[in-house]
Amino acid sequence: MYEDLASRFESAGFGDSKGQVIVRVPSADLVGFVDAAKDVGFRMFIDLCAVDYLHRDPRFEVVINLLSIDPPARVRILVGVPAGESVPSITGVFPGADFYEREAFDLFGVQFEGHPDLTRILLPDDWEGHPLRKDVPVGSVPVQFKGTHRVS
Amino acid sequence: MSKPPDIITGDTEAPEIAEAAKQGLVTPASERRVTHDLWLSGTEAPTGTGRFTDEGAQEMLLDEGPEVLAGQRGTLVVDDYGDDAVSDEVTQIINMGPQHPATHGVLRLHLELEGETIKRVKPIIGYLHTGMERTAEALTYMQGPTNVTRMDYLSPFHNELAFSLAVEHLLDLEIPPRAQTIRILMTELNRVASHLLWAATTGLDLGALSMMIYGWREREAVLAFFEKTTGLRMNHNYIRPGGVAADLPDGWEEDVVSIEKTVLAGLTDYEGLLMGNPIFIERTQGVGVLTPAECFAFGVTGPMARASGIDFDLRKAFPYSGIENYEFEVPTAQHGDVYDRFIVRFEEIRQSLRIVRQAAEAMPLGDTRTEDRKVTPPPRARIDQSMEALIHHFKIFTEGFKVPAGEVYQAVESPRGELGMYLVSDGSAKPWRLHVRGPSFAHVQALPAMLTDSLIADTIAALASADPVMGDVDR
Repeated sequence: MYEDLASRFESAGFGDSKGQVIVRVPSADLVGFVDAAKDVGFRMFIDLCAVDYLHRDPRFEVVINLLSIDPPARVRILVGVPAGESVPSITGVFPGADFYEREAFDLFGVQFEGHPDLTRILLPDDWEGHPLRKDVPVGSVPVQFKGTHRVS
Repeated sequence: MSKPPDIITGDTEAPEIAEAAKQGLVTPASERRVTHDLWLSGTEAPTGTGRFTDEGAQEMLLDEGPEVLAGQRGTLVVDDYGDDAVSDEVTQIINMGPQHPATHGVLRLHLELEGETIKRVKPIIGYLHTGMERTAEALTYMQGPTNVTRMDYLSPFHNELAFSLAVEHLLDLEIPPRAQTIRILMTELNRVASHLLWAATTGLDLGALSMMIYGWREREAVLAFFEKTTGLRMNHNYIRPGGVAADLPDGWEEDVVSIEKTVLAGLTDYEGLLMGNPIFIERTQGVGVLTPAECFAFGVTGPMARASGIDFDLRKAFPYSGIENYEFEVPTAQHGDVYDRFIVRFEEIRQSLRIVRQAAEAMPLGDTRTEDRKVTPPPRARIDQSMEALIHHFKIFTEGFKVPAGEVYQAVESPRGELGMYLVSDGSAKPWRLHVRGPSFAHVQALPAMLTDSLIADTIAALASADPVMGDVDR
């Protein structure tokens, strides 16, 4: 399965992370690659999340986990997203990515191009900022809602 | 409102009734009522008495005022609803939750209804979001299990196990066989407890109140054993990177045997109570159906996927902690409805007890934590004797142990499905990023697929059968 995928996408960099298969895919090829992965047998969408590597370039990384039922196999797709840029949404291939992309947007501010409804999911709509970014301080702002009463 | 009839004298009866009374056709009101002589309060002796009745208000009089009559005829409230009832083209959006008792936590649903048919569903989550993924970045690997155990609070051992396995994967750590067997024992007992709670609350939601009582009763036996072993009924912080926190308590073999007996006896009761019950069948069969394709698309795993006919279990596909050495079957069903989820989960309880029995019989002797002194704090007695032990103890509890840089995804089969932890380490003593892939998150997302075009009464059944834990959804 992995060879099949690798032969179809020359831009995809297959690798090994502690015994687990990872693929680095350029942002432009992401939807095509995910579609092909679904074709060769990674039919189940498992997970999508973002990681903020503050001092790296590209700063953000979107991590997608896909699963093949028979034979049991996993593939982890890593996509670098520079700060301020967007990554194509994979909701067209896996509708289940909807909530996960909204979560990544909510917590990290990663923009997913083509997502049907990219809104906050865990935090209130009037929250300012994206709290899982590494440059957001922890616990220094008492209340982050707009228009709340200030005591002092 | 007309003046209430004088209950003492009955003099105010309508003239025609008084006339009829005179002719002996009806008894006068003053004679119809039983009156008593009462001792008026505040008097010394029963000198001042009066005639009172305590029954007049309970009797229907022959004549009443118009409003009382309207009330008695049931026409007090004008029913102006019937003539222009909701037409089929009109839809309304109603809100359910987040405080609704049947949403198993703080889940909120917006439902668009056409009559009683659900047209659209929008799950709204986040009410329990406390930023635990961010908290994990502030805690050392040693403190990590305290945090993750609170996420899916109905299967705390699975959270701890997934986190510990991820850390151990990065550390490349060998775990002693006894610790591994204890981990299997505890996680499988946890699956039993979680499924029992699920059966109890889902039974309650479907109107099977006895199921509620029975399920909690049997779960209590498991929780009592957890309390004996870990000190807590939930949020145990028992499985830690490097092994488990403590050995099993004295007499654990008898406890496990008695749990197995209690739960198996209960299970027979539940099946007798529910599975052949026509009301239960009516409310569950063909309700909340998920097709295998929908399971794949939405990442629905665990018993939900197995009820849809997907024969997949992480314990078989990607074994952990030596679970491949145990004999057990993966139950599946075909219809993907609420009824089949009952079948699958009940059978999973049996299979888990089977694993528990094998684990208890095969429990090896030996350490319950790895001997690596960089990860496991030394025993208290060693600290008094060895300078090196003191240094290790100090280092572990002040700065924690360092984990090599890298990223790893580790999943375990939690009672709800695939519970995955994506752990990124930058080589320090705290995780750079911990993402938790909770099964409930995916299952809540699949609710629109389960509910659209079904009746509103099925919402509760379908929602309960998904077994979402909001601590797991919102983290």
